[in-house]
Amino acid sequence: MDAAELVAGVAAGDRRALARAITHVEADSPAGRAVLAGLYPRTGGAHTIGVTGSAGVGKSTLVGALAREERRRGRTVGIVAVDPSSPFSHGAILGDRIRMQDLTADAGVFMRSMASRGNLGGLAEAASGVVDVLDAAGYDIVIVETVGAGQDEVEVATAAESTVLVSTPAGGDDVQSMKAGLMEIAQIMVVNKADLAGVETTVMQLRGLLAIAPPRGWTPPIVKTVARTNDGIAELVDALDAHRAYLRGSAHAAAERRELARAQIVALARAALYRQALATAAHEGVLATLVEEVATRRRDPRDAAQTLLAAVWRHGQDTHEA
Amino acid sequence: MTTEQRTIRVLIAKPGLDGHDRGAKVVARALRDAGMEVIYTGIRQTPEMIAEAALQEDVDVVGLSILSGAHLELFPRVVAELKQRGVDDVLLFCGGIIPEADVPAVQAMGFTGVFGPGTDTTQIIEFVREHAKERA
Ligand code: B12
Ligand SMILES: Nc1nc2c(ncn2[C@@H]2O[C@H](COP(=O)(O)OP(=O)(O)OP(=O)(O)O)[C@@H](O)[C@H]2O)c(=O)[nH]1
Ligand SMILES: [Mg+2]
Repeated sequence: MDAAELVAGVAAGDRRALARAITHVEADSPAGRAVLAGLYPRTGGAHTIGVTGSAGVGKSTLVGALAREERRRGRTVGIVAVDPSSPFSHGAILGDRIRMQDLTADAGVFMRSMASRGNLGGLAEAASGVVDVLDAAGYDIVIVETVGAGQDEVEVATAAESTVLVSTPAGGDDVQSMKAGLMEIAQIMVVNKADLAGVETTVMQLRGLLAIAPPRGWTPPIVKTVARTNDGIAELVDALDAHRAYLRGSAHAAAERRELARAQIVALARAALYRQALATAAHEGVLATLVEEVATRRRDPRDAAQTLLAAVWRHGQDTHEA
Repeated sequence: MTTEQRTIRVLIAKPGLDGHDRGAKVVARALRDAGMEVIYTGIRQTPEMIAEAALQEDVDVVGLSILSGAHLELFPRVVAELKQRGVDDVLLFCGGIIPEADVPAVQAMGFTGVFGPGTDTTQIIEFVREHAKERA
């Protein structure tokens, strides 16, 4: 199937074409770029939701529960779940399906696992593209689960309209040390594992953090959930619906869309630049030379970084002329 | 990733009510350490769930792990569900407790590689590298 056939297949609801289209987009191949260009005008219908939070807080369980509740409300659901790639082998074990097994047999759900493939920031570089493909395929809700690794995963905000930040009572210290950036991108705070002791403490800590955050048009609600038993999941979907209504209905809608577009463009350009810098550094042996000079203190690291950038810039121009 | 080599994606699944999951996990880890992306679905998968996961994940390889003795019953159903979904270009292989006498039948179903207890995982890695189909 070539790009045009894939675009037509995705538009016609062909699941195999959809799966193959995602593979091309993930590979960022010429076919993948053509597929995205063809599908992008069809996007915008889905409510895109990002779910982030530290490892093991229950993101996958929550996404499964969320998807089931959305299905109960008659909506179709696309899911993208990102797990880390091994920095050593570049391989990955993608295990998020384990928590969503029952959804596999539901024709109204399409779930795709992705490896982060070396991208920092909690997502795979192509994740927002895969969200776009599922949006274009007509899923009403598209949920993306980030890698549960750390506190700096603000990138999810570039892939989804509504970001859900998940914490747990057990992670009380986590909440206190939560980076401002992560708090600021979240539109809904979930305290999952509300069956464990210490929920109210965590809720109070979150409230305290929200109180000192700069005021926004939207005040993030705090929702307590037990993802394993579906407690609080209907409330979470209500909160998501309210945020969607806020986004789509209000005067902010256009501004929010522009903000999301801006963040996406910058994030993609940054990732592409980073990749190009590494390729140039490896290709011309520039980096090895600079490393040697800095390590022996003949050149300072900032000057070396500038020199590397200059080489990337030259290389970029060469390839454009070629 | 650029245009060089595509990362091989593998689905490792356990069909039926078989709870022996050590072998599946050992194989999944070995393939990850060999640079592949492995989707592990967990135990108690129906043939339909396995085929649907293979379709959605667009994997190159589907590996079934079974120690319950139900392979002759379950494997053909997985193959049929895959075929019904048009997933016809994946490499199939399997492992677990599959008696010598059943191996020809399992191979005839399309499972090119059959690996029993004690198999060195480097052998499994080599098999995948060698047989995973090139795609257009
Ligand atoms: C450990 C074990 C258990 C553990 C399982 C723990 C777990 N979470 O996995 C426990 C104690 C729970 C257990 C329970 C039972 N067990 Co048990 N168990 C075993 C035992 C001793 C070892 C299995 C094992 O883990 N091996 C280590 C792993 C690494 O090896 P492996 O799975 O063979 O995997 C290797 C290869 O086969 C291959 N491979 C495996 N999968 C795949 C997949 C792919 C794609 C590829 C390429 C390769 C591959 O590569 C791996 C690496 O070399 C075997 C006997 C044996 N020697 O195999 C019996 C055995 C499998 N069990 C058996 C039985 C009967 C049971 C029970 C029904 C017993 C009972 N009556 O309660 C229950 C059923 C449990 C259930 N829900 O299914 C029988 C099965 C008989 C049959 N098939 O005809 C066996 C063969 C023992 C026997 N000789 O009777 N068991
Ligand atoms: N007590 C309790 N346990 C839960 C709840 N939700 C999830 N869990 C358990 O928490 C563990 C981790 O759940 P996952 O859903 O895999 O968490 P995750 O955040 O997706 O994990 P990673 O993807 O590895 O970062 C599992 O053992 C779940 O069963 C809950 O509400 N209460
Ligand atoms: Mg998870």
